[in-house]
Amino acid sequence: MEQLGQYLGAGLACIGMAGAAIGVGNVAGNYLSGALRNPSAAASQTATLFIGMAFAEALGIFSFLVALLLLFAV
Amino acid sequence: MATEAEGLSFHPMDQFVVKPLFGDGPISWYTPTNATLWMGLTLLAIVALLVFGTRGRAIIPNRVQSIAEMLYGMIHKMVEDVTGKDGLKYFPFVMTLFCFILFANYLGLLPKSFSTTSQIAVTAVLAVMVFVGVTVLGFVKNGTHFLGLFWVKSAPLALRPVLAVIELISYFVRPVSHSIRLAGNIMAGHAVMKVFAAFGAMLLISPVIGIVVTPLSILGIVGVYALEIMVAIIQAYVFTILTCVYLKDALHPSH
Repeated sequence: MEQLGQYLGAGLACIGMAGAAIGVGNVAGNYLSGALRNPSAAASQTATLFIGMAFAEALGIFSFLVALLLLFAV
Repeated sequence: MATEAEGLSFHPMDQFVVKPLFGDGPISWYTPTNATLWMGLTLLAIVALLVFGTRGRAIIPNRVQSIAEMLYGMIHKMVEDVTGKDGLKYFPFVMTLFCFILFANYLGLLPKSFSTTSQIAVTAVLAVMVFVGVTVLGFVKNGTHFLGLFWVKSAPLALRPVLAVIELISYFVRPVSHSIRLAGNIMAGHAVMKVFAAFGAMLLISPVIGIVVTPLSILGIVGVYALEIMVAIIQAYVFTILTCVYLKDALHPSH
């Protein structure tokens, strides 16, 4: 029973990754739409793109970590 | 998670176990482990590329030298773009970080190898080193002005204490997210590969299901591996660029 709860919790924690996926997609999509409007400014903003992606993705990684903790550390 | 086959039962997280190289006694701080071995190989690979690769100092570089020069130029430009001219003093540190993470990621992708950057202990040391270094640097360079990072001058006065709390929390979460981002990405990618590998053995268990599942999972491994090659360089890049951003905050704390 206790294990069932662990697995359920780990699975639920993975829903958080969907949020990160939406976030990263949003960042990339908005970058692309901006870059296509003004291609000359695009190259200078790739660093910002990666920083934004990293921040959005970190939260998905946190939920992955919660899932791992539930599976292996609880 | 593990396969049901008798000879093939393995766990996707088995690959991240740190074990001693010789024998299997208890691990103390001086025990050479597989992590030690692969970190040493990482250093050797960096030395091979950056020291022996550029030994010729040719005007027209050969392939190895031009790769080393491109690497150097890329990080140099990144530090200059993000932190400004006065951040170039810290370029050697950033270059070291980038090379170590990049080579550790790539060596971790070799079959049977051990990826040191998948260990939170390794990435946490790197991230805490950056965090402490940047904080000390900020106070040394700017004195108490460094606290201006938390006191947002451009916000209305009533809002500033609230923002100060948020900024303070986000400042102290930095080393946590910095280290977990790298370790989590590498760990997740490698675990996914092992899960696909476990499904790849389906043909041995049941030929009927296996004839469909095994080719698909082998295709899946190839796809994930390609993604991992990309992730390896992107995560090294993200780690170093965030280091540069934190460095910029320490050198010029005014928002």
